[in-house]
Amino acid sequence: MQRRNSYIHNIDWWTIILYLGLCAFGWMNISGASYSYDQTSFFDFGSVAGKQLIWLGGAFLLGGLILLIDHKIYDTVAYFLFAAMILVLVVTRFLSPPGGIKGSYSWIAFGTFRLQPAEFAKLTTALAVAKFMGQYDYHLRSWRDLFVPFLLIGIPALIIMIWEHETGSALVFACFLLVFYRQGMSGYVLLCCIAAIALFIIAIRFGTMPLPIGTGSVGMLVCMILLTATGVFFQLQENKYRMEKWILLGAIALVYSVGLLVNIWIPINFNWVSIAVVVLLGIYFVVANLYKRNPALIMVGIFMLLSVIYTNGCDYAFNHILQPHQRSRIELILGMKEDPHGVGYNVNQARIAIGSGRLFGKGFHQGTQTQMKFVPEQATDFIFSTVGEEWGFIGTAGVLIVYLIFILRLIHIAERQKDNFSRIFSYSVASIFLFHLTINIGMVLGVLPVIGIPLPFFSYGGSSLWGFTMLLFIMLRLDAAGAEQMR
Amino acid sequence: MINDNLYRRQYVISGMAVFVVIAYLALLFNLQVIDQSTNDQAEGNAIIKQTIYPARGLIYDRNDSLLVYNQPIYEVMMTMNEMPEDFDTLTFCRLLRIDKQMFDQRILDLQDRRKNPGWSTYTQQVFMSQLKKEDIALLQEELYKFRGIEIRNRTIRNYNCHEAAHILGSVGEVNWDDINADNYYKMGDYSGRDGIERTYETELRGVKGVRKLLRDSKGRIKGRYKNGEDDEPAQAGKDMQLTIDIRLQQIAEKLLRGKIGSIVAIEPSTGEVLALASSPTWDPQLMAGKERSKNYIKLLNDKNRPLFNRATQATYPPGSTFKTVQALVCLDDHVITPHTPYVCNGRNSTTIKCTHSHGSPVTLLSGIEQSCNPYFWNAFRDYLQKGNNGSKNSKKLHERYIQWRESVMRFGLGSRFEDTDIYPQKGGNIPSEEYYNRRYGEKGWIALTIRSLSIGQGEILVTPLQLANQTATIANGGYYITPHLNRNDSMKLHVHQTGIDRHYFDLVREGMGRVMTAGTGRHYSIADVAICGKTGTAQNSHGKDHSIFIGFAPKDDPKIAIAVIVENAGYGSTWAVPIATLVMEYYLKGEIEHTDLFERMSNSNTTQLNAKKE
Repeated sequence: MQRRNSYIHNIDWWTIILYLGLCAFGWMNISGASYSYDQTSFFDFGSVAGKQLIWLGGAFLLGGLILLIDHKIYDTVAYFLFAAMILVLVVTRFLSPPGGIKGSYSWIAFGTFRLQPAEFAKLTTALAVAKFMGQYDYHLRSWRDLFVPFLLIGIPALIIMIWEHETGSALVFACFLLVFYRQGMSGYVLLCCIAAIALFIIAIRFGTMPLPIGTGSVGMLVCMILLTATGVFFQLQENKYRMEKWILLGAIALVYSVGLLVNIWIPINFNWVSIAVVVLLGIYFVVANLYKRNPALIMVGIFMLLSVIYTNGCDYAFNHILQPHQRSRIELILGMKEDPHGVGYNVNQARIAIGSGRLFGKGFHQGTQTQMKFVPEQATDFIFSTVGEEWGFIGTAGVLIVYLIFILRLIHIAERQKDNFSRIFSYSVASIFLFHLTINIGMVLGVLPVIGIPLPFFSYGGSSLWGFTMLLFIMLRLDAAGAEQMR
Repeated sequence: MINDNLYRRQYVISGMAVFVVIAYLALLFNLQVIDQSTNDQAEGNAIIKQTIYPARGLIYDRNDSLLVYNQPIYEVMMTMNEMPEDFDTLTFCRLLRIDKQMFDQRILDLQDRRKNPGWSTYTQQVFMSQLKKEDIALLQEELYKFRGIEIRNRTIRNYNCHEAAHILGSVGEVNWDDINADNYYKMGDYSGRDGIERTYETELRGVKGVRKLLRDSKGRIKGRYKNGEDDEPAQAGKDMQLTIDIRLQQIAEKLLRGKIGSIVAIEPSTGEVLALASSPTWDPQLMAGKERSKNYIKLLNDKNRPLFNRATQATYPPGSTFKTVQALVCLDDHVITPHTPYVCNGRNSTTIKCTHSHGSPVTLLSGIEQSCNPYFWNAFRDYLQKGNNGSKNSKKLHERYIQWRESVMRFGLGSRFEDTDIYPQKGGNIPSEEYYNRRYGEKGWIALTIRSLSIGQGEILVTPLQLANQTATIANGGYYITPHLNRNDSMKLHVHQTGIDRHYFDLVREGMGRVMTAGTGRHYSIADVAICGKTGTAQNSHGKDHSIFIGFAPKDDPKIAIAVIVENAGYGSTWAVPIATLVMEYYLKGEIEHTDLFERMSNSNTTQLNAKKE
């Protein structure tokens, strides 16, 4: 008996204290955000704050329950839960209110009670990924080994995005890249992601800016010159074939010079000149190194060729695939458009609310912007603006620092797991929290596009609170079990 | 193991978390601590400051009759960005009884930054102003249907009298210069534009109050901010009492009807201006309310220049009325004694001819009584040549001239009264020594050169207000109190001494008394009241001479000093004397005995007379 209960002593109480602190402060801000000027009673179970208190109670019970359940069950049911969740995600669309809620079909409504299964899909995916990648005979050696993990995150993400029209929740699955990275995926994948984002931003932001000479756009030219420079950089690393380097550089200069020269008589589209340079360079890298057997440069060549396709695709995707409201949000972040009354309204009002909190804030239930409901979605996605207005920089900095400690603690716990399943799952949890924090606060501060995902433990809503609580407590339970086995 | 080194990747992931949090902390620090702009935006966002306009101070005359008061008017205010897409323009227009075209035009005008530099979609703009209660009654009832529209009530001036337009001035909308000069004003505020309304603007306007209201994101008012703790109540403007006697002012303006000219009456013992009339004038009511700008343009373009306050802004050579001052200055300097005789050859006099026929030689009293030109020329010459032989090289002559000029200016002549509340004013001119040096060369002028000054002609220019004040100085026997319009005791402290012996004033007064009994003013009188006076005729190179008269009464205890100028009306005795005696009679007796004379004077038209002759 004694041995069976001893894991209780191994629970990471620090994490639980941070969790409770975040929940408590989060609730105060929901109360602030939903407090209205003419409200007489401070507290009432019918109000937003009252309902959230019920959800919080439920979450604590759920957390306690999870700590009591045997940890081995998660490994056993991981695939089953994953499959069941896929089914639920698909079915949700049929159960969601007609027309959806704000255009999203991710909600199941029972009367006033609403549930968003997508919030729990993160959990089932984390379990499935942990189970698959944690297998005794699984080794991440090549791209093929990532095929199944990518399916495990891709399937729910695509269903949520395409079938349920809930882009924000789908994007969260990108955070599993961090887990894969930790498990051995090449760091170049992350670099490629960063490169992709950079190319996208440059291509879109300057895609319509005309060049001073000839035709073509600044965006495309800059992207292509960056890619050319990447290729040249890798070629210069090569110590053999010195002569070849200079021929290469000369050839690039020649192509541009000819372009400039011809431009005197016939206007040249420099987009095509620069694309041609990158494509020729890429093909050269692939072909020449097949013969010379320098696989690294082959990869660089392929990267360049794919990037050309990607960059040209960005423009197309931006203008033809993205929906108008998504396009506006991106244009707004990139400063291509100012619209404080339309798309930019939320972000602008959130900025005003946060900024007006100054250093010490206006005090609990004292935020005039908050009470007068200037910030839409303030209790949910924009809850951080209430923190900013009522608690000032002291409050926002406090929340961020506590969150940082919390996430670093989770990474620390994840790292001490000896069991693959536990570690991968723990890393998934840490990554999910990091992603939510980054995207949500970036959005409220207006540096990232408006992507509607909640700030864990702060945003109003039962599904996300329970989802995050389950993630955290399963992780803590696994950690406790691991520590027990060590003994 | 393959994964041996992978544990190091925790630092990369942790590093990302640290990077993100530090970046956000920096952004937040900038937004919440460094950047101040959001604070103001928030203020304008949730807290609206409503201005509470104070009631402007009332204006009374010296006998406590109310002249100027406030009348409520209404303004339709529009906040563009709060108006919904489906704003019911047609109904709105119908309720205000305007047509769609006018609505559109008005919106265009509002958006035109040249016409409306304060344009903004966020702040209230005046869509229509100066509306009466009847005009907005319909809209008021259905106002709740029109988001972004508000009715604001203001007050404009209303008048119990049709006179004193120049004195009272008017209230109008402030312009950008006013706003830049004084941040009390906001676009659309009113301020005193001229006259008393302008001089006493800061007292009359009071202090605006602020009411802070909370507004939600839909623009609905949710209540008072901090329960009104931060509100500031408006403080009403101070009432003021003028020195003007409105009934006297009415008489004065009636007498000037159909003439171009002015009347200034002062109570000598206090410097209080009893009446200050300039003709032509206008009804002050014209400059209040909706028609203000239209009427203003009309008055501005009138060829008789009614907006020009002739009583304080027009300058004339004082003519023979100046002989009183000349006599005093010469007596005080002992150049002449009351018995000094000068020969007058009448029309045959050399240097300056005499316009009147009288005996010779002439002494002081008869000189004044007969307005003898040679007498005063001789006295002036002797004054300037005292202690020198009158040669051009003489420095002494210049010193004497400077001394003479200073003595004359001590009567308040030739320069603006700086310590008064009468606005606007012209200074006039008593030519300086430098002026003659420039004109004739330093050694190029002698007494003979400037002989016209001796009889108040030539370069010397004074305003009717200065003339009246000079008269009051003589009535007081040597000093004056700066003429003023605000009936408050502090103004009585502005005493200015001429420094001339009182005894000499008695002599000049005696001479002025004789003018009214035996001289140029003998045709008009007031029963049982001894009047002192002096007529004048200002030469006018553009047309008929101006008729001038200065006088005071009663002789031994002066209650009123007056100056009258009727432009292009000829001799002082024909127009200015009867008008002045009628005004003094009314002031002293409360009624006019010679009603026929009053009727004749007030109904005659010198401008038509002149027109016929031309």
